[in-house]
Amino acid sequence: MAGPMKMRATLGQGFTEVRVLMTHPMETGQRKDSDGKLVPMHFIQNLTVKLNGKTVVDAQISQAVSRNPVFSFRLKGGAKGDKIEVAWLDNQGDSNSTESAVA
Amino acid sequence: MKPIALLAALALTGAAQAQDTAKEIQRYRQMIAEGSPVELFEFAGEELWKRPQGPSNVSLEKCDLGRGPGVLKGAYARLPRYFKDADRVMDLETRLLHCMTTLQGRSEKDAAARVFGTADRPAEMESLSAYIAAQSRGMKLDPGVSHPKEKQSIELGRALYFQRAGAWDFSCASCHGEEGKRIRMQDLPVLYKPQFARPVIASWPAYRLSTSGFITLQWRMNDCYRQMRTPEPNFGSDTTVALIHFMTVTARGETYRGPGNKR
Amino acid sequence: MNRIRRALLAALVICIARPRAALAAWNKDAFGAKTAGDALKSLGIGNAAPSKEVTIDAPEIAENGAVVPIEITSNVPGTTALIVVIDNNPFPLIARFDFKENALPFVKVNVKMGETSDVRVIAEAGGKHYVATREVKVTIGGCGG
Repeated sequence: MAGPMKMRATLGQGFTEVRVLMTHPMETGQRKDSDGKLVPMHFIQNLTVKLNGKTVVDAQISQAVSRNPVFSFRLKGGAKGDKIEVAWLDNQGDSNSTESAVA
Repeated sequence: MKPIALLAALALTGAAQAQDTAKEIQRYRQMIAEGSPVELFEFAGEELWKRPQGPSNVSLEKCDLGRGPGVLKGAYARLPRYFKDADRVMDLETRLLHCMTTLQGRSEKDAAARVFGTADRPAEMESLSAYIAAQSRGMKLDPGVSHPKEKQSIELGRALYFQRAGAWDFSCASCHGEEGKRIRMQDLPVLYKPQFARPVIASWPAYRLSTSGFITLQWRMNDCYRQMRTPEPNFGSDTTVALIHFMTVTARGETYRGPGNKR
Repeated sequence: MNRIRRALLAALVICIARPRAALAAWNKDAFGAKTAGDALKSLGIGNAAPSKEVTIDAPEIAENGAVVPIEITSNVPGTTALIVVIDNNPFPLIARFDFKENALPFVKVNVKMGETSDVRVIAEAGGKHYVATREVKVTIGGCGG
């Protein structure tokens, strides 16, 4: 059901940069559709970033994050091959996740 | 302070402010480019390119975009150009429609039924354009210019750019004909001059931030005519292809930056 | 089906049906607050000291309020969380990021701004709070694109 979710984890200067793109309407509940009806709230509320299975970032976000969110995080150090996983959960119970190895 | 000096000071402030505004908007665009969802459309397009569809149940992977069947690297940068099998000049979207009908066996009516999509439901053309255009990132724009039909197409595009028509008697040049003009905060580039056409053509198709959708040059041509209160041209028509061709030739030699981001 | 098996299955169903509620906390009160002050109160954030160690990198002017890129970070030692508030948004609390040991207090995210507003970022470190503020102007665009 969820659209593409892509993540790239690359080694920087003393940190690992994790950039993740997700497809999500992030509806605020204040927008009207073409028939004039309010589109119900539908947005990601929780986001977690895991490094080798352990949660390192825990985020709570609101409907004010832009549609098709793009996040960048930084992890201390890091090595090639480290496993990064990013997962989200929205207010309607939908979820998605993606995994990538640090390049 | 002497009146002239005061006026000069004010003028400088005004000019400086305009410069600052332009600089800050550049900063905005740069930060957006470094973190835009545009790639999501490239991925969706890759999936569509490889998906078997139509009565023939084949993917588009054997589609010839000018560099041979299935060759995507650099293909977008060399469009529009003349294609012998269709005996006409084609841009990316026209060529994709051609492949959908000839390779996949889909009727033109079906394949072109929904060419402009929405944020919730992008059209196939949009995602495919994103994917294919991305494969030309970093290459110089090199549309066809030597074949007689290409020459005709460029001249037609040039003529259309200045042709006034419709309820408001507008042409492209009515808005895009004079340097330094803008509508609210959007600059109106003079697209028949290389220095202005180059950065523009080098960043289409694009993700549109205000609608979260993906927009293509065929859509842009259509929407400009709509905004000029002129009947909307047909998708992939000689009109739209000629205009795209003319502007791409004007931008020739510019390094293509890949799908961009527009307000 | 014997009673033990039935009980086990019942327990299994409950486990599968519930896990998300346990794992995903979302502060309804804070996110539903209509003023920045109320949102911060809901988060238990009282006085935050202005600090140059908390940085907000954002354009001064956003061409479009639907997508405003902001890059936030804290150099306050021991920062464990970053909270983003946009004062003039209908619901000012935008996000709360909690960082565990291996994460740096750094985020880049695109946010929606209804109008020109101050963007406030609060860093939580050792139970204390530090704040930085930056104004972002939101323009009304023209046509085209």
